[in-house]
Formats: sequence, structure tokens, C-alpha cells
Amino acid sequence: MLHVDKIDLSYGASQALRDVSLTAEAGQVTCVLGRNGVGKTSLMRAVSGREGISAGAVMWEGRDISRLRPDARARLGVATVPQGREIFPLLTVRENLETGFALLPRRARSIPDEVFDLFPVLAEMMNRRGGDLSGGQQQQLAIGRAMVTNPKLLLLDEPTEGIQPSIIKDIGRAIRYLRGQGRMAIVLVEQYFDFAAELADRYVVMDRGRVALAGVAAEVDADEVRRMMTV
Amino acid sequence: MKGMKGTQLYLNDVHRSFDGYKAINGLSLVIAQGEMRAVVGPNGAGKTTMLDIITGKTKPDSGEVFWDGDVDLTRIDEAGSARLGIGRKFQKPTVFETLTVEDNVMLSLAGARGVAAGLFHRTSRAQAARIDELLELVRLAEARRRLAGALSHGQKQWLEIGMLLAQDPQLLLVDEPAAGMTDAETMRTAELLRSLAGKHSVVVIEHDMEFVRALDCKVTVLHRGAVLAEGSLDHISANPEVVEVYLGR
Repeated sequence: MLHVDKIDLSYGASQALRDVSLTAEAGQVTCVLGRNGVGKTSLMRAVSGREGISAGAVMWEGRDISRLRPDARARLGVATVPQGREIFPLLTVRENLETGFALLPRRARSIPDEVFDLFPVLAEMMNRRGGDLSGGQQQQLAIGRAMVTNPKLLLLDEPTEGIQPSIIKDIGRAIRYLRGQGRMAIVLVEQYFDFAAELADRYVVMDRGRVALAGVAAEVDADEVRRMMTV
Repeated sequence: MKGMKGTQLYLNDVHRSFDGYKAINGLSLVIAQGEMRAVVGPNGAGKTTMLDIITGKTKPDSGEVFWDGDVDLTRIDEAGSARLGIGRKFQKPTVFETLTVEDNVMLSLAGARGVAAGLFHRTSRAQAARIDELLELVRLAEARRRLAGALSHGQKQWLEIGMLLAQDPQLLLVDEPAAGMTDAETMRTAELLRSLAGKHSVVVIEHDMEFVRALDCKVTVLHRGAVLAEGSLDHISANPEVVEVYLGR
């Protein structure tokens, strides 16, 4: 279980997160929603370790990982699908997927079949360079790459941004499948409300660097969430 | 055709693509002299490219951009736009951290530039009075002898606004000033910008809706490089198209 406990995060003197808490459990999707600039990506970066926090704690499976480097967190099962995907453009699809091996013991280094079951296009494109893929295919590759690491916590930062509707459906199906497997906790950052609403077990709605609304999906008023996401 | 008389800024059917991506796609926008305007919009709406076009950093592929009714901004570069009186405040504060607050403002005062002017510079009484006035306006009079690097984030943003004002711009372009500020700083910044309206035209890009509400001005919603809606914040909040865009539909 991930428990982000009252964290602050600043870039220099500019404070991006104030007193932010979040919980994510295995087999559940926690959706982080909010307009642009409210702190969603900063929260993901605090969890993955790409930014340090100045107060509070990031607790993972009962352990404070706030001071651990990103690679150490990845070894503990934290995988990120970053906004903008960040695939390696000059590596092939296969090589991109294999970058996930770095975290695994030698005998466990294989690409799970479910990656290709969920995203058959990756199997077709195995020897193509990542940079030659469409945006949607790159997004699928980024999710596949995270799956290779056999994560226990999957952080997805706006996976539908700029992606065509058919691939958004595939991504939704993949997230639903991974949730159903129950092996990992999933944190989904989104600005596409309908997509998030179909998947959400929990909501965390952010505004101005703070949590404006949080709770289990069944108890949260969807109209209230929508209102907070719009102007 | 020239822009409308009495307008500070006049954009008509402006287009700009980057590698086939239409960042600005038929944008038309008019800012009156002395007007304050907030510009909002989801990621990729074209807000920053719009500022780049106004300041001459980016040239439009087509369309008209006029300053003061008849100055063609598409023929002017960034330095030229600053000389015309367009001041741009980027999101990140960029003050001289190792200088005092008052020295930051003094360096920004409009006046002669060049080696001789620099070597023989004396701060005149008029300049000293102007510095006092600006520091008072941005509420940094008490902090004037402190190093700018020691200021809070909000204070640095105010100092930079003061430095822009020292150039006596006709138009201020302000990009997300409230990001990272405390609630009190955010409200104080809205007050500060409001106090400039009338004397300067101000265009503020912002995501923080509490801040936009506090600005109490006309709001323009950009989406996919064009204006989706315009009006009071309540008016655009009630616009179903705006709601759809923010929900990512």
C-alpha cells in the first residue's frame, strides 16, 4: 500500500504541494484529477523520487521511502509511465522494453506475454525505433516498459493526453486488466474525466497544490469532482 | 488593413504551426488600452505561443498582429517589442539574487543604456523618487536593502513586476504569477495587478481560478489555438463547451 502522508514539495522558493495526502491499494485505481498546474505531476514525481519533499512522508508497504533515490524506489516495485511518455527514441521497441530488465534478477528477465496480449501492436513493431512510433503506440510502449519491471505500484501520468480514441480504449482496457490482477496499486493522473471516472476506485482532486477533495469513488459526488476540474 | 483604433493589441486570424502541429489556429483577440484580461485554457491551448507571437519571439505563419492600432508586431523582434513598451514576466522569477531589492529596481529603470551611461551613472532625484514609488507599489519598501535572493517566492515575483514597471511598459504580459504562492501572496498579487489596470494594459495567463476570480476582469478561454469563449468568469464557467474542454472530452 502507498500512503503519501501530508507532503510539501517546493521548486526553489515556489511551493507546488502543500500538505498533500493520498492512499493507493493493490487491486485499486486511485485517480488524481485537477486542472493543469495544480500539482498532479509534482505529486507523481514526489512518489517516484524524481523530486525531493520538504515535509511529510512517502510510505510504501509500511516503510518511509521519502529519502530513497528513484532507482531504489523502482527496485521496491515503483514504476512510472511519465507524462509525455519518455520512451527512448533511438532504441527499438524491444530495447525499450528491455530497459525494464535492469531492475530484475537475471532469471526473471523476460517480457511478460501479457504486454503483447494487451498491446499487440508492440509485437508487430518489435524492431522499429521508439521514435518512429505514433504517440499512441509510444504510450502503449511506456506502459509495457513499466509492466516489464513487474511493479507493485504503477504511476500513470495523463496516459490519454493527445492520444486517439481507439488507443485510449486499449489503455483503459489495460488498466482494468492490471487492476483485476490485483498485484499492483495503480495511481492514475488524468484530466480526461470520463476516462478516469470509469476506472476510479478512489478520487483525489487537487487544486492550488492541495487536495481539494478525496474519497472512495462510491462516496464522492461526481458532479463536485467535475466542478473542481473546470473553470 | 490596420488594427482597430484605440486598441493596445489586435490579433486577427493568426496561425502558427510547428511541424504540422497547429499551435495557434485562427486566433483573434483584442485588448483595449488600460484593460486587464485573464487568459485560461487547458494544456496545449496555445497560451505560451500566443505570448511568443505578441513579443516577436515567434513569427506567425499568417494573420495580423497590431500594436497601438497601427504598429505591425509581426515585423518586430523581442528587443523591439520591449522598446515599444511590451513587458513580459515569465513564470519563474528572474531577479538578480545577489543584488539588493532597490538595486534590482534601479537597474531596470527606463533610461539611457550603453557604456558611457553606465560608467557615469548617477541616480537622479527623480529616479530615486520613482524607485520609492515602485517599491511602495509592490510592497517591498521595508525590504529594499535586503538581497533579492533572500526574499520569499511571492516577494520575488512582486519585485520582478516592479522591475517590469520600472520600464514603464504600456502592456504587461504575466505568465502564471500565482503558481507556487501562498494564499495571502496570491490575493496580494491580484490586488497589485488590479491596481495597474487603467494605467497599463495587462494580460495574465493563469490556471488558478481563485486568482482569476480575484482579478475580477474579462476572461478569455483558449482551446486548440483559438478563442473558445470570452466573458466574465461566471459567464464562461456556465458555458457547456468550456466545461467539456476542461473535462477532456
